[in-house]
Amino acid sequence: MIYREAGQFKTSYGADQAIFPIVQDRVLVTLGILAAFLVPPLIADEYWLQAVLIPLVIYALAALGLNLLTGYAGQVSLGTGGFMAVGAYAAFKLTTAFPGLSILAVFVLAGLMAAAVGLVFGIPSLRIKGFYLAVATLAAQFFLIWLFNKVAWFTNYASSGTITAPPRTVFGVMVTGPLATAPVRYVVALGVLAVFALIAKNLVRGRVGRSWMAIRDRDIAAEIIGVRPLRTKLLAFGVSSFYCGVAGAEYVFLYLGSAETLAFDIGLSFLVLFMVIIGGLGSILGSFLGAAFIVLVPIFLTNVPHTLGLAMGVALQKQIELMVFGALIIFFLIVEPHGLARLWLITKEKLRLWPFPH
Amino acid sequence: MRTRVLLGLAILALLLGPLALAGFAQTNAFIPLLVYRTGPYAPSGIPIANGFVDYFTLINERDGGINGVKVAWEECETQYDTKQGVECYERLKGKSALLVNPYSTGITYQLIPKAPVDKVVVFSMGYGMSAASDGRWFPWVFNFPTNYWSQASAVVRYISQQEGGLEKLKGKKIAHIYHNSPYGKEANSTLEDLAKTYQFELTLLAVDHPGQEQKSTWLQIRRLNPDWIFMSGWGVMNQVAVKEAAAIGFKMDHFIGNWWSASDADVTPAGEAAKGYKGATFHAPGIGYKVHTEVIKHVYDKGKGAGKKEEMGSPLYNRGIVNAMLAAEAIRTAAVKYPKQALNAEQVRWGFENLNLTDKRLDELGMKGFTHPIKVSCEDHEGGGPVLIQQWDGKKWSVVSDWVPVMREVVRPKIEAAAVEEGKKLGYTQRDCSKEK
Repeated sequence: MIYREAGQFKTSYGADQAIFPIVQDRVLVTLGILAAFLVPPLIADEYWLQAVLIPLVIYALAALGLNLLTGYAGQVSLGTGGFMAVGAYAAFKLTTAFPGLSILAVFVLAGLMAAAVGLVFGIPSLRIKGFYLAVATLAAQFFLIWLFNKVAWFTNYASSGTITAPPRTVFGVMVTGPLATAPVRYVVALGVLAVFALIAKNLVRGRVGRSWMAIRDRDIAAEIIGVRPLRTKLLAFGVSSFYCGVAGAEYVFLYLGSAETLAFDIGLSFLVLFMVIIGGLGSILGSFLGAAFIVLVPIFLTNVPHTLGLAMGVALQKQIELMVFGALIIFFLIVEPHGLARLWLITKEKLRLWPFPH
Repeated sequence: MRTRVLLGLAILALLLGPLALAGFAQTNAFIPLLVYRTGPYAPSGIPIANGFVDYFTLINERDGGINGVKVAWEECETQYDTKQGVECYERLKGKSALLVNPYSTGITYQLIPKAPVDKVVVFSMGYGMSAASDGRWFPWVFNFPTNYWSQASAVVRYISQQEGGLEKLKGKKIAHIYHNSPYGKEANSTLEDLAKTYQFELTLLAVDHPGQEQKSTWLQIRRLNPDWIFMSGWGVMNQVAVKEAAAIGFKMDHFIGNWWSASDADVTPAGEAAKGYKGATFHAPGIGYKVHTEVIKHVYDKGKGAGKKEEMGSPLYNRGIVNAMLAAEAIRTAAVKYPKQALNAEQVRWGFENLNLTDKRLDELGMKGFTHPIKVSCEDHEGGGPVLIQQWDGKKWSVVSDWVPVMREVVRPKIEAAAVEEGKKLGYTQRDCSKEK
């Protein structure tokens, strides 16, 4: 009863085509975004910002990228870790070569380089589909990691083989490096996520997104009605790799501070894929929900025995945590195979009737 | 309806609980322990963690703490994963942590920039960033008693001793099998420099994480037929390497693992074939020292042992004991200078920097001959300690060499150059040790 659009009339096409046409939605989302920007930097302590919220925002961006490729365009990809690594190493090389360049511009350029690499590795998608494409993108993952390990040029010939985020400022505020405070890094990451989420939402609502979905659903029929498979699939790979590249650059510059190639191995690819699957394929909100689930649940499970006062050995605790996490994933996929985003849609539908059931 | 409300409240409490617990004061000396008792590196992580906990329990039980202040610790599972390590550190540093032992080069690299900002000592004993040995650039990071570059030079010196002199190294073939990670690559630049100086043929062979796939590496070894092999491995890579070496019939006594590649878990899977395998170390193996008797008496006999009594004495268990001992002695150095107060991290850092562990003190601790005396200073956070070579005889490890000195004249200039490079990357400035006292 509260959540109905009865009485809300749109008087222009623009208003009708808004992302959030219902006023209640708009209000809630605006409040939510304001809260996300203002509340954590003010009240959250360093642990919550550094270990929970910043990785959540960065993983959400990567999950968004993968969702565009796998959820909307239907191209299964296991190369996410590799593309994130491209973004990270490109950002490192760019910022060490051009220290005066703003770090935000560095992120965008690094994303473009990742997009270029993604285009190259997306070429097999024109011939192979589904599971086999996943294997081809696996080649991208392993090759890129091997490349960064082998060629010392990427780490500027560091003896340690790691890349370190140098201190950089934006408008005089330290954003990367050891002196950058967690609230600043969080706000920057959130800002980047907000901008790119808006771009992604508009992409999927428009012609490009519809051509991706056409390819996903029935690619032969799509080709017949005039969707060009080459361009569409490569565009999907490009845009997705751009997002993953920016996320990878943020991963090193805003979250970890320094990284070795092991940080981008196959485990990361699977993690982002799980976020997309659990959150919901083909849904922007799903990327956020999936990232939240995968980041928050393990931390929640680690802290529960402590809070309940149970004295368990750390090994036992970690193993129980892994088992419970796996069980939760299976539970959610049985309850709702289309992911958490679908659960949210069902909730919204029920809210239209609430509090009057019939 | 009511059950749902109660359930909701319970979940809310569980969610907010951790927030409430953050930041309650500690009157003990609190040390977070980053351990890995699960995951692929658990066979290595478990004995170290046990050694650590046993020594601190001994201090609390036998001495009532360090100068009267009991040691409190909390284990946090990292699974050798950098992200989990950082999460553990962030969660535990707020409890007035005095120092942290990351036990992973990857996690150490993450924590080094945070150490001066959070004011927590990073004690990466014998691992981590070798460049941090120059205390003028990294005042909060310590890696005594010796670092990877010194170890590589000491192993080359040992090899030359076996061959009959440094001149005899000319023309010999030495292979370095390393874990393809920053940890494994550490020794490479020193080995390359020494290869140029003493004209031996160096071959570098990388093994990708986790190290189970080594067939191609050992094929190359078979073709190369080196005189000596040095290995910088970790976890499952070690046992696979030892098995492969035995399979190709390599002379095991010419195969030297570094101090993370020479423990019980690395040799027992290969069985009889691993006999003769050597390893570098900076403390003796076994339980033949007074400190072990004390641990058995005060800890295991009272039922407070962290692991099993039979597992005491493995090289990695003793590593944990040495690490805990060095941390305790550093805290004691600080406690002597700042008596009758709860120590803060700055004071503990001073304690680390001015640690002077003499033979006499080692004797008092029941560790005479167990490990080497060490003196830390502002410029030298490494101590330049010598290295021992131990050998596996099929049943146990025993020391087969004297203390092999490191080649300080080769390593120290490289350390200083690397420290400048790494320090500048983080925007540090070199501090002037003569101005501080």
